[in-house]
Amino acid sequence: MPKVGIASYGITKFSKEDSKIESVLLKSTKKLFDNSHNLSRGDIDAVLVSTNNNSKYLSAILSEMSGIEPKIAHSIESLCNSGTNAIVSAYSYIASGLADVVLISGAERYDSPGQILEWDNSRGEFKHPIFWASIFTKAYKREFLVTDEDLALVPVKNHKHAQNNPNAISEKTYSLDDVINSKKLTDDLRLLDCSRPCTGGASILLASEDTCKKYTDSPIWITGIGQKTTSAGFTKNTTFSSMESTHLAALTAFQMSKHNVKDIDVAEVHDAFSVCEPMALESLGFTDKGKGMDMIQELYTTNDLKINPRGGLIGSGHPLGATGIAQTIEIAQQLQSCANKRQVDNANIGLVHNMSAASTSSTVLVLER
Amino acid sequence: MNFESELKKGNFIISECTNCQKIVWPPSEFCNQCFSEVSWRNASNHGKVVEFSKQNNDYFCIVEIENAVKIMGSVSNGIPNVGQRVKIDNCGMKGENYYFEISLI
Repeated sequence: MPKVGIASYGITKFSKEDSKIESVLLKSTKKLFDNSHNLSRGDIDAVLVSTNNNSKYLSAILSEMSGIEPKIAHSIESLCNSGTNAIVSAYSYIASGLADVVLISGAERYDSPGQILEWDNSRGEFKHPIFWASIFTKAYKREFLVTDEDLALVPVKNHKHAQNNPNAISEKTYSLDDVINSKKLTDDLRLLDCSRPCTGGASILLASEDTCKKYTDSPIWITGIGQKTTSAGFTKNTTFSSMESTHLAALTAFQMSKHNVKDIDVAEVHDAFSVCEPMALESLGFTDKGKGMDMIQELYTTNDLKINPRGGLIGSGHPLGATGIAQTIEIAQQLQSCANKRQVDNANIGLVHNMSAASTSSTVLVLER
Repeated sequence: MNFESELKKGNFIISECTNCQKIVWPPSEFCNQCFSEVSWRNASNHGKVVEFSKQNNDYFCIVEIENAVKIMGSVSNGIPNVGQRVKIDNCGMKGENYYFEISLI
């Protein structure tokens, strides 16, 4: 398959700002253009918008506001992994030859309708994400004898990482006690265990191998893609203590990239809630089942930024349609050795894990220098 | 037979494939295994707890019915356990949402 690379990117600060969705899309697109000196509007064959926002025709609107007249323009929605779905679509357009250069822009507002999946009536009155997260947490704690105090390390670590991410919503660090004493949402979930819905945008430019080199001296290649959707309904999950779709997506991505999990130097994983980080690490194969918190404890103690260097979703904020793109930008920056205080040493191969709706669907990307 | 109009009356019915007999859940007009039409019948009002948690003073849980249907509901009495037998006492709709009230047996 022809190589497809990341040629440029732009990102906004994640916040609680009350901005129009069109404005959020435009801001990160403008930053992308500011970062890409040889990019002409006429080069862009496709404009893909990733969002859960209900506004119509956003790709055509962003194109008009940016002075682009693309061949292909449409939106992509897949709840929380819309961003990586848009990247995979862009990859496919380029690999197939239908497009040579694709602009992907993800954006969300703090009040996104993507937080609730109305269709999933098997959840009864318990449609808010805190309820699936509580069920996951309860199941994980029981099966692996993990405590709330153990899991509290995830937000402690990720808020700490986020202090070196200028675009993160988090502005302070928290102690284990802060997490444990934060507002109790359910018996199994506290406020600081949760990523926060927010307003934010992230844009990325993908291009074919030769064209990529026109825009950057340090392209990052997408060498592995794995996706799996096991269901739409939360209660259809066959287990609540691991992520089946993530496990299957990772197998596909590693097979395509001809790498395995031991080769991964840095990763952004989808820590929508505290419990998601150890579960994701286990389902991706970084560690054995039930050992995710041991790995996180080791990383935290040794100040190793390998997992969620930008602060993950908990530290950075979670503007749904922008999240997968922001994760991918972080790994690209890591591989380009331009992540400043967040930089992981000798980062050559990275991984992005982005999932939606209680892990019913997952995307795993492998990126390389 | 419309699932939601029955649910509004407090009747919990399930769709079963007329060809392969699979219970189709969430309720649908067609089987998700063979696309044959479904027929409707009353669901068992007994099930078992798959997982649970608690908000404020109220337990909520995932209940599995007839080894095929999983729903989330609120528990009206006591502390649930995984695997525990339960009964659906009440069901219906509050606005657009389904609700299920479950008691431990």
